[in-house]
Amino acid sequence: MVERKTFRLMLLILGVVFAFLYIPISVLVGLSFNEGGLPTAWTGFSFKWYGALLENDNILRAAGNTLVVAIFSTVFSTLLGTLLAIGVEIRQRNGKWLETVIFAPMIIPDIVLAISLLSFFSLLGVKMGLHTIIVSHVVFNLAFVCAVVRARLKSFDWSIIDASSDLGASTFITLYRVVIPVLIPAILAGGLLAFTLSVDEFIIAFFTSGAGRASITLPMQIFAMIRFGVTPEINALATIVMSVSVIALALSQRLNKGGLPGQ
Amino acid sequence: MTQPFLSIQNVQKNFGTVKAVSGVNLDIYENEFFALLGASGSGKTTLLRMLAGFEQLNGGDVQLEGTSIAHLPPNQRPVNLMFQSYALFPHMTVAQNIAYGLEMDKLPKVQIKDSVDEILQVIQLGHLAKRKPDQLSGGQRQRVALARALVKRPKVLLLDEPLSALDKKLRSEMQLELKRLQAEFGITFIIVTHDQEEALVMADRIAIMKDGGLLQVGTPHEIYEAPKTRFAADFIGVMNFLPVNKDGDDFVMTNGGSIKATSTNASFLGTAVAAIRPERLAIGDAGDNTVSGVISAIAYHGLDLLLHIKTDATDTPIIARMTADVMEVHKPIEGQQITVSWSAKNTHILPT
Repeated sequence: MVERKTFRLMLLILGVVFAFLYIPISVLVGLSFNEGGLPTAWTGFSFKWYGALLENDNILRAAGNTLVVAIFSTVFSTLLGTLLAIGVEIRQRNGKWLETVIFAPMIIPDIVLAISLLSFFSLLGVKMGLHTIIVSHVVFNLAFVCAVVRARLKSFDWSIIDASSDLGASTFITLYRVVIPVLIPAILAGGLLAFTLSVDEFIIAFFTSGAGRASITLPMQIFAMIRFGVTPEINALATIVMSVSVIALALSQRLNKGGLPGQ
Repeated sequence: MTQPFLSIQNVQKNFGTVKAVSGVNLDIYENEFFALLGASGSGKTTLLRMLAGFEQLNGGDVQLEGTSIAHLPPNQRPVNLMFQSYALFPHMTVAQNIAYGLEMDKLPKVQIKDSVDEILQVIQLGHLAKRKPDQLSGGQRQRVALARALVKRPKVLLLDEPLSALDKKLRSEMQLELKRLQAEFGITFIIVTHDQEEALVMADRIAIMKDGGLLQVGTPHEIYEAPKTRFAADFIGVMNFLPVNKDGDDFVMTNGGSIKATSTNASFLGTAVAAIRPERLAIGDAGDNTVSGVISAIAYHGLDLLLHIKTDATDTPIIARMTADVMEVHKPIEGQQITVSWSAKNTHILPT
């Protein structure tokens, strides 16, 4: 039993940590509803900045771009990351070496990855745009999806694959009826994580989007707007982006923790 | 003898340079309950997995009813395996697990439902049909795994250490249950086990495996009462070994006493051991062969008691198994001088 005094101190520290983490975010969310638009005074509650967002073509286009990038990079990285995870776990040989190679995109600083990808695309002479951002996002998302699915595979009973085959199933039916249903929570969790990461990724998108406004994503749009000061419009936009990320992340965690009812 | 149902012919399996199974020949008959008995690493599980189709043969053939199945993939063999880990599908209910194999056979839905219901009755788990495997006890999971393999009515059911995860009491119940199901379904069972008691209780015939080969094949009675090698004698139950030398037609112990034996595995020269089961020893000198010594320990087991007798015939104490009433008649105590004897027909002379 912790002494009462110590317990109070611990509560205080906890409070300070949470305040440190969440006060800036609360301020941002709060100001996005401030009618007056000045960060210095609260003049009343309003949704008008959210309304203003809907009339800003640049923002709408950027939001559209971000959605396209996030959806495509999520689909590709989830597919490839899952297959990679299964492949790595089946072939345990050279595991350590493979592991390092797969994890590299998670650890390498984004700026390094961004420059590498830019040089790579330039070398190939690829015209840059949304497609190059998608490919770049797949590069690092692949590693995250693979990590999430592999974590689930660690507790996977491989003998159920043999059992399925023994009971008369072909490889394809085993994949479809046994392997994927057992792994689906981890696959979805990995996919949602990839989606979140893609939505708010800035540096890599900035480097690989090419010239012009056509393939600007939301984080890039916010960056461009912020050069003229933090407007309530940006606060509103940031609030929306954050909500999407938090929901996706929460879903991902829930899926991965709860797992299957049968697990 | 009748035509063999499953014929294993000179089967080989190598893992790299290791010979996991080397030159096994074995005929198994229809409706037989057959046990592959051996320690871990003896090749018994590898042999079973070859029968199921999970390991490719490096040589030899496996024929079922005269047709080779050696190169069929697992999903095309009329053979099912019950896995040691049970390998139940965690995302499916008990009923879905059992139905899976029948769905693969593309049977009509009504027929699948009837078969599943019927086998759930047989294994007495009808009330748990909608549970997931993680909501079942170990014993219940084991029954579901059995039902899932059995419901397909395979020609041969392979069981890989089916009872190893159960506690002792449940295990002895399931031994009889498995025998009952085998008789009821009329399917050939091949069980892999390291538990000699399990093999003796359940099997019609037992094959003892060692280092990838067969040491001895026979009925439980033959295996227990007439072991052909020292390893087989030692592996099954408890056995006393007395070193002996051949002297004409007789055998002489190291303490000079002679031993009479009616069964000898005569294909050897020089030294040998006389093998005697502990329960064949009796206090006194009424038998054909006699040895004397001092009681070094008494192990009381309730049902029976084991006397450890230090003699000059062998370095390790001789173990004599006595029933509890012997305790009352002879009142043996540690340190006491004792003479035990046994008959010639219960003496097995084996090569060392």
